[in-house]
Amino acid sequence: MSAPHAVETVFRIESARIIAAVARIVRDVGIAEELAQDALVAALEQWPESGVPDKPGAWLMATARNRAVDLVRRRETYARKLAEVGRDLEEAYEPEPAAPDDIDDDLLRLVFTACHPVLSRHARVALTLRLLGGLTTEEIARAFLVPEATVAQRIVRAKRSLARAGVPFEVPYGQDRAARLASVLEVIYLIFNEGYAATAGDHWLRPGLCEDALRLARVLAGLMPEEPEVHGLAALLELQASRTAARTGPDGEPVLLADQNRARWDRLLIRRGVAALERAGTGPYSLQAAIAACHARAARYEDTDWATIAALYGRLAAVAPSPVVELNRAVAVSMADGPAAGLALVDALAGEPALTGYHLLPSVRGDLLARLGRRDEARAEFARAASLARNARERALLLERSRELTSDHAQP
Amino acid sequence: MPRFLTLIRVDEKNAPAEGPSPELQERMGKLLEEITKAGVMLETAGLTPSEDGTRVTWEGGELSVTDGPFTEAKEVIGGYSISQCKDKAEAVEWTKRFLATHEDYWTITAEVREIAEG
Repeated sequence: MSAPHAVETVFRIESARIIAAVARIVRDVGIAEELAQDALVAALEQWPESGVPDKPGAWLMATARNRAVDLVRRRETYARKLAEVGRDLEEAYEPEPAAPDDIDDDLLRLVFTACHPVLSRHARVALTLRLLGGLTTEEIARAFLVPEATVAQRIVRAKRSLARAGVPFEVPYGQDRAARLASVLEVIYLIFNEGYAATAGDHWLRPGLCEDALRLARVLAGLMPEEPEVHGLAALLELQASRTAARTGPDGEPVLLADQNRARWDRLLIRRGVAALERAGTGPYSLQAAIAACHARAARYEDTDWATIAALYGRLAAVAPSPVVELNRAVAVSMADGPAAGLALVDALAGEPALTGYHLLPSVRGDLLARLGRRDEARAEFARAASLARNARERALLLERSRELTSDHAQP
Repeated sequence: MPRFLTLIRVDEKNAPAEGPSPELQERMGKLLEEITKAGVMLETAGLTPSEDGTRVTWEGGELSVTDGPFTEAKEVIGGYSISQCKDKAEAVEWTKRFLATHEDYWTITAEVREIAEG
């Protein structure tokens, strides 16, 4: 392996930990990232001459931390700052490698800072992928189908916002911990979802983002083993990701759950998901993971335990009520108790402003009407759903369903 | 993000009879924890000695069964891991770190292979 390539690989593996450790010293993630980059540049300059050190990760870490300490020393306000935070330099800087627990602690601080509520959702997502996922600005831009300049600006602004708001580099304990953790989980879930159900463009799946989110969830589960909802999120994403290969057909067209070839579901991910579920709790991600596990346990679609799934959606509606959850509950109820029972729940959502323009409402309603033999109404619903779908592949699927219902043949 | 199967091949004849030292086990445990916490390790396990193994061969339309130990093999698979990394270079870097936890008297070859997807 060439020296520059070796440097980049090592840096990518270590960058989140280096940024986290340096941020603890300089108390600013923006400056921390710059110092980490400086260490990378130093390695790129020196290693081709001196050879790759025995412990390249430790070398990068030590270099970045030395620069951080120098910077802190040079700050005029250093003494005052020190008094403010009540710690001394020796504590902030031990030349020995940091203990694994300290690194974990620093990483957690970085997680909570990147997902801080002072930032917009877009900013949290970009910063998390950049600082913790180790993605370049270009990679993030490509994943979200936006210009690189947009992402770069988002990240710069986010760092500035954190500095301006004086967000402390710390793990929240006490009252706002739950809300702050929810924000972290939401960011990871958003990243996954962006990849899982690409809302824009013609792709049904952008697996890269799913994998980045899954890795972040796994990291978080390692950092916070005592938080059941973190395991719930990890379980949910492992189980959702297990279906990736079956979700698209040969031409990239979406394949719905009922039609998926379950032999293509990833057994390793299902096993990991079910194992994580054992450590999960009763929060919204844990309940969604339990629902996903019900699907995973069914060898065939006909074997799905819809009664349990409907009950789980009922619990989910109680802890995290939303029209979308209610819509999913309607589908599960229709499978457990028949389409009429499901339709009653869907029709109760008719005036729901949050679902205006949401293509899945007419899509589900069309499906229930078709099962009840009300073909003309069903056809109109599918056509409406197609006109609302933002994803070209989904639109094609809905138009196809609508067309099927125009034939004079009775449905089997 | 591709996945990799890493096969750890050990020369059983020249490996310490008492197995990994307590210090090695501790170093290995620490590193495996680190790889897991990096969100990279999906699964890993060590295997019992090859003398407990069996080879089943299909050749010329005939099945044959051979119990271990496999005397002609210089190195046998002693363990494996499945990891998910950004690229092969990252998988190789973690593998290097795993091998480097061993004492100098070990001879081990790790084979890093990408798992075919699709």
